[in-house]
Amino acid sequence: MLPFSYTRAADGDAAIAAGALPGAKFLAGGTNLVDLMKGGVEAPQALIDISRLPLAGISALQQGGVRIGALARNSDTADHPVIRSRYPLLSRALLSGATPQLRNAATVGGNILQRTRCHYFYDPGFQMCNKRNPGSGCAALEGHNRMHALFGASAHCVATHPSDMCVALSALDALVRLRSAAGERAVAMLDFHRLPGDEPHIETRLVPGELIVSVDLPASSFVKHCAYLKVRDRASFAFALVSVAIALDVREGLIHEARIAMGGVAHKPWRAFGAEQLLVGAPVDAAPFAEAAGAAVEGARALKHNAFKIDLARRAVLRALRIAQS
Amino acid sequence: MTETATSDALALVLKVNGADRELQIDPRVTLLDALRDHLGLTGAKKGCDRGQCGACTVLVNGRRVYSCLTLAAAHDGDRIATIESLSAQELRSVQAAFVEHDAFQCGYCTSGQIMSTVALLDEMSAGAASAVTPRLTGPIELTDDEIRERMSGNVCRCGAYPNIVAAVRAVAGES
Ligand SMILES: Cc1cc2nc3c(=O)[nH]c(=O)nc-3n(C[C@H](O)[C@H](O)[C@H](O)COP(=O)(O)OP(=O)(O)OC[C@H]3O[C@@H](n4cnc5c(N)ncnc54)[C@H](O)[C@@H]3O)c2cc1C
Ligand code: FES
Ligand code: FES
Repeated sequence: MLPFSYTRAADGDAAIAAGALPGAKFLAGGTNLVDLMKGGVEAPQALIDISRLPLAGISALQQGGVRIGALARNSDTADHPVIRSRYPLLSRALLSGATPQLRNAATVGGNILQRTRCHYFYDPGFQMCNKRNPGSGCAALEGHNRMHALFGASAHCVATHPSDMCVALSALDALVRLRSAAGERAVAMLDFHRLPGDEPHIETRLVPGELIVSVDLPASSFVKHCAYLKVRDRASFAFALVSVAIALDVREGLIHEARIAMGGVAHKPWRAFGAEQLLVGAPVDAAPFAEAAGAAVEGARALKHNAFKIDLARRAVLRALRIAQS
Repeated sequence: MTETATSDALALVLKVNGADRELQIDPRVTLLDALRDHLGLTGAKKGCDRGQCGACTVLVNGRRVYSCLTLAAAHDGDRIATIESLSAQELRSVQAAFVEHDAFQCGYCTSGQIMSTVALLDEMSAGAASAVTPRLTGPIELTDDEIRERMSGNVCRCGAYPNIVAAVRAVAGES
């Protein structure tokens, strides 16, 4: 690790001021940032420790929603009674990620901002990586790319976003609340992460020094019919090859609204809007699930080693729909 | 704690195994290295040093974490419990179960496995769910599937897994 200064932020304003200086980074649970610093991928000059700011609460919002503080630990969020009973999809997605030890340290804000697990990004031994080294090229494009993107990739980057939690948040239409010296604003989870385009090193809509303060969920109508399915190389403690979040709002036997989001397939959680539309109005016990699963992978573009993920994603969507159905 | 110049030593206090320990350390030092190299507590092991094996598992304010992926500087005032702190009683029952069920070969992962076992029992009594819990509301039964999932953050290079599951099952049955 290269040397850096360490400051514990006294309050939110101090954090925002210090975080906006060049070379500064916020430190939350540290499970991604410290790892990347050890590997020489990140080299901040100043760490601003935000982990003790009073942003860890989980509280009910008017109109039935819930506000999850950016510093709520992944384990506390997954196990919160309101999340377990009203947003089981989010509990399931969180519990599918990492391990108990990591979830006890990892925060909601850090989880959203965790960086790709592309091996070429993670290993500065490879000179080429447009994220680490803008303009150097993408080693994964012609290299080992079985974990890489099926949707929304570019000639400059084929990396995926590795989070499980964000797939559920995207299906649940979460809002990410942000704070900077300019004030507060909210960005939909769906728009928060960018596609790589020709600037893959710019991964989100966050501006320097901006702090994620909470994630807000609207009132949930998906308690009974939801599923999170994660497919990976081993049964636990591995990132998704493909993951699927399904949420169905069923009223009097008919699908009133459907949400289908996929993880491990794009630079951001990937919503399958076309597939969702195919299900609206259908009876839940005879819905065109196979057609929807087919539609979910329409437009997928395979790289050299990841073509298997197209069929895997289709089948995972189908299986998750069937789990959510019952 | 105040700001430091780049990598100047920081002063902090860790409440390690019940005693206040004052440290002067570079902010780059992880909690694991602080425990092992600065405080001489070598019970927590360094396996991967990258959050991928669990050998370094300790309890921070009562919860299990990987001490290799967190900076000591971030823990000023925190309560840290390493395997050295387990009461004779706890250590005896978990250790005895590991011995009885032959739950290790080289033993390198074992202190992490034991700290995770202790944490798992606390998490079960707090009603924490896991990815394989069938229903998120209502009581949770500690099946072998649950044990495997809840212990999955501790890798055993010798592959003693079936015996680790048996040891955890035995300790959970006693408590
Ligand atoms: C071995 C291993 C396996 C894993 N497996 C999985 C998995 O299966 N699924 C999964 O989803 N994740 C997995 N993870 C990733 C884990 O979920 C993330 O590391 C974690 O969520 C990051 O949270 P943190 O609080 O530790 O973030 P940190 O490491 O502290 O920060 C990450 C980034 O977010 C920024 N940041 C943090 N909080 C804020 C905030 N409030 N406002 C603005 N910026 C902020 C930091 O500056 C930094 O850039 C795994 C990690 C490891 C090490
Ligand atoms: S040494 Fe910390 S997880 Fe491997
Ligand atoms: S006993 Fe050797 S690593 Fe587990």
